[in-house]
Amino acid sequence: MPDIHQSVPKIDAKEKISGRMTYVADMRYDDMLYAKTVRSSQAHARIRSVRVPTLPEGYHVVDHRDIPGKNVVKMIFDDWPVFASDTVHHVGEPIMLVVGPDKRIVQTLVDAIVIDYEPLNPTFSMTDSVVNYHYDKGDPASAFKAADTTVAYDYETGYQEQAYIEPQGFIGTYDDERIHLIGSIQAPYYVKNAVIDTMACDPDAIRVVQATVGGAFGGKEEFPSLMGCQLAVALNKIKRPIKLIYEREEDMDVTTKRHPSKTRIEGAIKEGRITALRIHIGIDGGAFIGLSGVVLSRAIIAATSAYTVDNLDVSGDVYKTNTVPNGAFRGFGAPQMIYAVEMFFHHVAKHLNVDVHDFRLKHLAKQGNHTSTSGLFRDPILMPEMIERACAMSDYHTKRKAYANPEVYKGIGMSWFLHGCGFTGSGEAEHIKAKIKLEKLPDGLVYLRVAAVDMGQGAKTTLMKVAAKTLDLPLERIRYENPDTDLVPDSGPTVASRTAMVVGGLVARAATKLKKTWIDDEHQVIHEQYVQPDYVRWNQDTFTGDAYPAYSWGVNVVEVEVDKTTLEVEVKHIWSTYDVGQSLDDNIVLGQADGGTAQGVAYGYLEVMRHREGKLLHKNMTDYVIPTAVDMAKTTTELYNNPFALGPYGAKGAGELTLVGGAPAVALAIEMAIGKRVHAIPATPEYLMEVLHHAND
Amino acid sequence: MPTINFTLNGKPVSLNTDPTRRFLDVLREELTLTGPKEGCGEGECGACAVLIDGHITNSCILPLGNVSGREVMTIEGYRETKRYRVLEEAYIAEGAVQCGICIPGMIIASESLLAHNPHPTDDDIRIGLSGNLCRCTGYNMIVRAVKRAATRGKGLW
Ligand code: FES
Ligand code: FES
Repeated sequence: MPDIHQSVPKIDAKEKISGRMTYVADMRYDDMLYAKTVRSSQAHARIRSVRVPTLPEGYHVVDHRDIPGKNVVKMIFDDWPVFASDTVHHVGEPIMLVVGPDKRIVQTLVDAIVIDYEPLNPTFSMTDSVVNYHYDKGDPASAFKAADTTVAYDYETGYQEQAYIEPQGFIGTYDDERIHLIGSIQAPYYVKNAVIDTMACDPDAIRVVQATVGGAFGGKEEFPSLMGCQLAVALNKIKRPIKLIYEREEDMDVTTKRHPSKTRIEGAIKEGRITALRIHIGIDGGAFIGLSGVVLSRAIIAATSAYTVDNLDVSGDVYKTNTVPNGAFRGFGAPQMIYAVEMFFHHVAKHLNVDVHDFRLKHLAKQGNHTSTSGLFRDPILMPEMIERACAMSDYHTKRKAYANPEVYKGIGMSWFLHGCGFTGSGEAEHIKAKIKLEKLPDGLVYLRVAAVDMGQGAKTTLMKVAAKTLDLPLERIRYENPDTDLVPDSGPTVASRTAMVVGGLVARAATKLKKTWIDDEHQVIHEQYVQPDYVRWNQDTFTGDAYPAYSWGVNVVEVEVDKTTLEVEVKHIWSTYDVGQSLDDNIVLGQADGGTAQGVAYGYLEVMRHREGKLLHKNMTDYVIPTAVDMAKTTTELYNNPFALGPYGAKGAGELTLVGGAPAVALAIEMAIGKRVHAIPATPEYLMEVLHHAND
Repeated sequence: MPTINFTLNGKPVSLNTDPTRRFLDVLREELTLTGPKEGCGEGECGACAVLIDGHITNSCILPLGNVSGREVMTIEGYRETKRYRVLEEAYIAEGAVQCGICIPGMIIASESLLAHNPHPTDDDIRIGLSGNLCRCTGYNMIVRAVKRAATRGKGLW
C-alpha cells in the first residue's frame, strides 16, 4: 500500500453519489407507524391538564406515564426528562408522542391536543448558575499586583446551529421482546445506555444500529438519546415498527445548539508582556444541563489557546435559562473561548500601541511550556513555520499595511489556535474505556468491530486504511459496517476528535497483533482496549495536569471586503496551515479543513440565531442562513507533518480543529476593514452599524 | 381523483392520487425512489432536486399536479447516463463527498449547470450550485469536481 496520507476513493462515495445509500428517512417497514411530538408552547409553566381528543382506531399517545424506568435521559448530567410530566422548562419541550399509520392524521391529532398551562416565571438571562468550575495556574494575584497596567475587555458569541442537511431521525421495531433502534446518530452506545435506564431493562433487550448519517457536527451526539428513549417507550407500548423523523423546522426549533457565551478577560501587563489573565466565561446551557458542564470544561481549558501565560485565574459557569437546551457542536466550547482570547491579544496590543504580530509571537506556546492547566506541551510545536507560511501564502504583512487605511474597507485577519485531541482529562480512561475487536473470518476478510460512526468525516475509509496498511492487505479485504451494538464493542462515541487518534490507534494495535498471529483459513478475533499513556495525569477537581494526550494546531488567515454602505461582509479568500500529526488521507483531511473552516468563518459573521422570550426566531433554512457556494471563499490549505508517537501512523485529531479559528480570523479582518473593535459575533451588518456609530476606537 | 400522467426516467407513469401532494413524497413513498432527499422541505437546500423537462426543480415544493405531461428525471434515471459517469468520477477524484445527503441533488445541479453552460468558470459553477446547500464540504471540492467533469466530459455536454 502506498503512503498512508495518499488519498484513495472514499469507500462509500459511489453509493452516496448515485442516491443508493440508505439514510434513516429512506427506510420503511410494511406495517410501519409514524410518530410526531407534542411540544410545550410555553417557556416555563406547570401543566394543569392535557386534553387528548378521542383517538381513531390504530392511533396512540405515549407520554411519561408509559416509561417503565427513569424519566430521564442518561447523559453526563442526568437532568433531562424523556417526556415532561408536570412542568415544562422551554418552548418545544416534548410532552408526548402521537403515533399512527397516516402521517397527516397524526399531525391533525397533534394539533387537536389541548394543554392547559399555569404560567411560571421564566428566566432568560444568564444569572442562574448550575455548574461552576475554576482553576489557577501560577500565582495570578501577585502578577496582577506587580503589573504595570491592567486591561479588561468583554466578548460575546451567539448561537450556532449545526444545520446538518439530514434532520434527526430514528426508525424502530419491536421483535421478540427486544427493542431495535436504527438512527442517524454519532454515539450508538450513548443511545443504548440511555434506553436501558429509561426502559429499566436488561442490556440485551436493546439493540441500536447506526444508519448512514447525513451530517452531525455534534448535533447527533447527545440529542438522539432523547429521541431513542421516546421511541423505545412507544415501541414497548405499541409493538409495531415506528418512524420518528423530524422536519426541518422542528429540528431547528428543539435540538441542541452551540452555547451563546459571554467572556470577560482581564490581563496584567508588565514590560510589554501579558503576565497574568483573569478569565470568566458564562455559557447559556438552556433548560437542561446535559453535556453543558463538559462543554464548559473544554472552554475554560482553551483559555490561552496557542499562547503561554504563566499566571491564570480561569472560571466559568453554565447558566440555566428557559430556552432550548444547548449541547455538543464541533469544537465543544473551544470556539467561544478561542474567539475571545484571540480578540483580546489583538486588543491589548492595540491598547499598548505595539505591533500585534510581534506581540503575539512573544506569547506563542513552545514545546516544554506549561499548558493552561499546568500540564506539559511535550511534542514539537510547528507554529512558527506554520505562521510564516500562512503569512507568505496570503501576503499578510503587505496587506495589513495596505488595509490599515480605513478608506479601503478591506481587512485581513489571522488566528492561531490549538485543539486538544480526545476527551478532556480523564474522560477516555475513566468514562469511555474504549474497546474494539478485529475479526478475521476463515475466508480472509477482516472486519473492524468498532462503534465509530462515519458521519461524512471519512472514519470508515481512514480506519480501514489503517487496518489494511498494518496488515499489508488490499483495502478490499477489510470490512467496516455501520455499527450495531449487537456486533461491536463500545469503542466510545464519535466525538472530540478522538476517532482517528484513539480508535485508529486501537485498530493499528489490533492489526499488528493479528498480523503476528495470522493463521490462514481460521476464524480469529483480536480484542484491544484503551490504555491511558502513563505520563498523562489529570486532576478533575483542581483542573490541573494534562487535559489532553496531544494537541493539533492551526493558523487561519481570512481576507474580507466590507461594503461601505450596507456593511455587508464578503470573504475573499481563506488560507490555512494545519498540524494534525500525520494525515491519514489528504483528501479527507483537506475536506475536513474546508468544511470546518466554512463553519467557523460563518460563525463569525453570517450565522444568526436569536430567541424572543424563549421562542427561536430563526428556525428554518430561509431564516437561518448558512454559506452557499457563492458565500464560501476559495481556500488554500497546507498540512504539516508532525507525527504523534501514540497515534496510528502519527495521526492526531482533525475534525474540530478546523472550525475553532474561523471566527476570530474573520472578526479580526472585519475589525481592520472598519477600523473599530469587534466585541461580538456574528459580526452582522446591524452589529457593525452599531459599532461604527457608537464605539470610540 | 384525476389521473396524472408523466414520464419518469424515460418510462410513462400514471397515478391516481391527490394532485396537491408534494412531488417529493410521491417519489419517495409512492414510487420508492429515495435518491432525492428531504433536507428542508421549503425549497432552500436542493437535496430534493430533480430535472423537469431538463430544468432543475426542488420537488419538495412542487405539487404532483404540476408534473402532468412533463418529463421527470431523478438521480435514479440520471445515474444510467454517460454524463453521470463523468460526474461520478470527478466527485470521487476531488474528494467532494462527505456525508452524502446533499450529493444526489448536487449531481442534478451539476448536470443542469453543465447542460446550460458546458465550459463554466469557477464563478459560474458557484452561482450554478448556489441553490444547493452542503454543510460538510465548504463547496470547494465540489466546485473542482464540476470543473473536472467539464474538462473530462468534452463533447458530452
Ligand atoms: S428539501 Fe427541497 S429544497 Fe430542501
Ligand atoms: S456532503 Fe454532507 S451536506 Fe454535503
